[in-house]
Amino acid sequence: MSSEPLLRVENLKTQFFTEEGTVRAVDGISFEVREGEIVGLVGESGAGKSVASMSIMGLVESPGEIVGGEITYKGETLFGLEEGPDGELRERDDMLSSEEIRTRIRGNEIAVIFQDPMESLNPVFTVGGQLREFIELNRGLPEDEARAEAIDMLREVGIPDPEERYDEYPHQFSGGMRQRVLIAMALACEPSLIIADEPTTALDVTVEGQILDLVDDLQEKYGTSFIWVTHDLGVVAEICDRVNVMYLGEIVEKAPVDDLFYDTKHPYTNALLNSIPRPDRTVTELEAIEGVMPEAISPPSGCRFHPRCPDAREVCKRAHPDAKVVADADGEPHEAACVKHDAFDAGYDQSPPLEGTAVDTGSAAVEESESELTANPAGDDSGGETRE
Amino acid sequence: MAVGESQLDGETESGAEDEVEARVGWRYTVARIKQDTTARLGLYIVSFTLFVAMYTLIDSNLSRLTFGQVSDYTFAQLLPFFDHPTHIPPPGEGTQHMPPYFPLAEQSWNPLPAGGTLEHPLGTDHTGRDYFTRIVYGTQVSVFVGLISTFIGLSGGTIIGAVAGYYGGKVDDILMRIVETVYAIPPLILIIVFTVFIGGASIWYAVLGVGIAFIPIFARIIRSQVLSVREMDYIEAAQAAGVRDRNIIMRHVVPNSFAPMLVYATLQIGVTILIVAGLSFLGYGAQPPTPDWGQMLNIAHRNYMHSNIWLSIWPGIAIMITIMGFNLFGDGLQDALDPQIDD
Repeated sequence: MSSEPLLRVENLKTQFFTEEGTVRAVDGISFEVREGEIVGLVGESGAGKSVASMSIMGLVESPGEIVGGEITYKGETLFGLEEGPDGELRERDDMLSSEEIRTRIRGNEIAVIFQDPMESLNPVFTVGGQLREFIELNRGLPEDEARAEAIDMLREVGIPDPEERYDEYPHQFSGGMRQRVLIAMALACEPSLIIADEPTTALDVTVEGQILDLVDDLQEKYGTSFIWVTHDLGVVAEICDRVNVMYLGEIVEKAPVDDLFYDTKHPYTNALLNSIPRPDRTVTELEAIEGVMPEAISPPSGCRFHPRCPDAREVCKRAHPDAKVVADADGEPHEAACVKHDAFDAGYDQSPPLEGTAVDTGSAAVEESESELTANPAGDDSGGETRE
Repeated sequence: MAVGESQLDGETESGAEDEVEARVGWRYTVARIKQDTTARLGLYIVSFTLFVAMYTLIDSNLSRLTFGQVSDYTFAQLLPFFDHPTHIPPPGEGTQHMPPYFPLAEQSWNPLPAGGTLEHPLGTDHTGRDYFTRIVYGTQVSVFVGLISTFIGLSGGTIIGAVAGYYGGKVDDILMRIVETVYAIPPLILIIVFTVFIGGASIWYAVLGVGIAFIPIFARIIRSQVLSVREMDYIEAAQAAGVRDRNIIMRHVVPNSFAPMLVYATLQIGVTILIVAGLSFLGYGAQPPTPDWGQMLNIAHRNYMHSNIWLSIWPGIAIMITIMGFNLFGDGLQDALDPQIDD
C-alpha cells in the first residue's frame, strides 16, 4: 500500500475542442494500478473509458488534448503541468519527451490490446511478420531470433501449429485467434502494464471465456498489470482485482471487486448491476437505466448522474461530489461519489427528493413525497436520520 | 500453454483453408486478368512492348535484320548505366552501341523509298535510315519515358499525399494547396515552361516535367485512400506500440492505400507516353537523332505529309498500340483489384 504504485493517474482531464464546444471526455479522474493487479475501468459507451486509456499512452488525437492532471508511471512523469513564470500552464520539465514516450514507454513498458481484433492487424502483411517486426523494433533482436521469439509467443497464447500459421495473413485467422495474436503482440516485449480496451467485446461468449482464462494464466505467469476497459460487469467480476466505475468522464465508484458487487455504494453502479440480463429474471423485470447518458459537452449541474438517478434529491442538482472514502473493505478504501453517504455532509437527508417533484408543482407536495421516499433507499444507513 | 491447445476449433482450420482463395494477393489478381480477354490482350501488348524495349537496350545492332541504318545513336547511350562510345565510328563501321552508318551519298539515291522491300519493309526516312528499325528503337524511348516519369509522379505523389492524409490539419492544408496550385496549370504548358526554364529541350527534362506535372493527381488519389486507412485500428495499434510515424506511413498506411494507385499508374503510363510523344512532336522532347515516335511524326508530317503519308502513319500506329496496351491492362487490373466487382 505504501509503496509507489506502478501507474498513478491524478485528476486527469482530457478535453476535445470541437466546433460545438468543449467536450470534457475525461474530467478529473484519479486511479492507480499496482504491480501485478488487474484494474477494471467500467462504464457505458461514451463514459470516457477509452479516452482515459489513450491519454495514458499520450495518444489523444486532435482536437483532443490533455488539459490537466498528472500521470506517473514507475516514478516517471508521463504527463504533468505546472504554472510557468507567466502564469500560464506549461508542461513540466521532468515530463518525458514524446520521443522518449514513443521509444521507451509505448510497446516496451505499456502495451495496448484493442477492441476489434478484426481490424487491429495490418491486412497486407503476414501475422508472423508483424509480430516479428514488432519484436525486432522494440527489443532490438536480429531477424532470426525475433522470428523464433515470435513463434514462441504464438505458441504461448495457444495458437496451434505456430510455425505454419506464422506465414498466414490476418484474414486466415478467426476472431478469437486474432485476439490471441494481439495478446501475443502485447506480451511480446514483456511490458509491465497492458491496457486492454474492451478486448473481448467483439468475440463470442465462448471465445471470450477462453481469452479471459488465457489472460488470467498469462497474468499469473508474467506478473503483468492490466487496465481492463470494459462495459461488461460480468467480465469485471471474472478477472479484475479492483474496479473503477466511470460515468460521464468521472469516476463515481472505486472499490475492490467483491465490495463493488456485494456492497455497492453508488446508485449508478447499482443501476448497472440491475440492468444485466440474468437467467432468473425475465426481460420485463430488467431495470434498464432510464434515459441516455447526457452529452459530455454540457454535463448536468451538480451530480452528473442525478437526471437518471433513482435516489436523486434536490441537493444532487447543486452539489457536485468528488469521490470520497465511504467504507473500508479489508484495509482497502471503498470510494464513491454520491452525497447520500454521511462522508459528504451535503444535507442529502434534509433535501427533498427529485422523483416526486417531477409530477407535482407545489412545495407543499414536496414534503409529503419526501416522507415516502426516505424510507425507500435500501442498504442505506439513513434510516434514523433527522427529519423536521 | 495448456489453455490454448484444447481450444483449436474446427471452424478456424477449415475457415483458413477456404480463405486461401480469397480475393487478395497477386496470384488472384493475375488469375483474374487471365480470365478477362481484353485485359489479357493488354497484358500481351505491354509484355511485348517491354520485351522489345529491353531487347533493343541490349542489342543495338538490329540493323543486321534489315541491313539498314538505325540511327546515329540510340537511347541506350543516354542511360548512364550503359557504356556509350566515345567516338563516332567512320562510315560503314559500327560499334556495340552504334550500327554502321551509311551516309546518304553512298546509297542508291532514293530519297524516300516507299517500303515493302525486304531491305526496308517500311521504307527509309529522309536521311536513309531504315524506318522499321527506327520504329522498333522508338519503343525504348517511349516505354522508358513512360515508366520513369510515371514513377516520378507516383513516388512524389505517394509521399506528399500519404504525409498530408496521415497528419491532416495544417500539414494537409499546406501540402495539398501547393499540390493544387500545380494541378491548376495545364500540364502541357507546365512541362514546356519547365523544360525551357530549366535547361532547354531535352528528353530528360520532358520526363522530369511530366513526372512533376502528374504528382498532384497521384497525391490526391492516395490522400483520399489514406484518410480512411488512417482511422483503422491497426494504425492506432502501431502508434500504441511505439512505431515511428515514418514507419507507420511506409509500412501500414501506404501498402493499404496502394491498389488504386497501381491501377492509375498503369493507365498513366499510356498517358505519359502520349504526352512525351506530343512534346517531342512539338520539339520539346527527344531531340534528333534519337529515334522517337513523336519526333519522327514531327519530321514526317512537316516535310512528307503529301509525298509519303506512311511516314506519319507508322509512328502513329506504334503509339496507338502501345497506349492501348497499357490502357487495356490498366482497366483489367482495376477490375481484378476491385473486390466489389463480381464475375
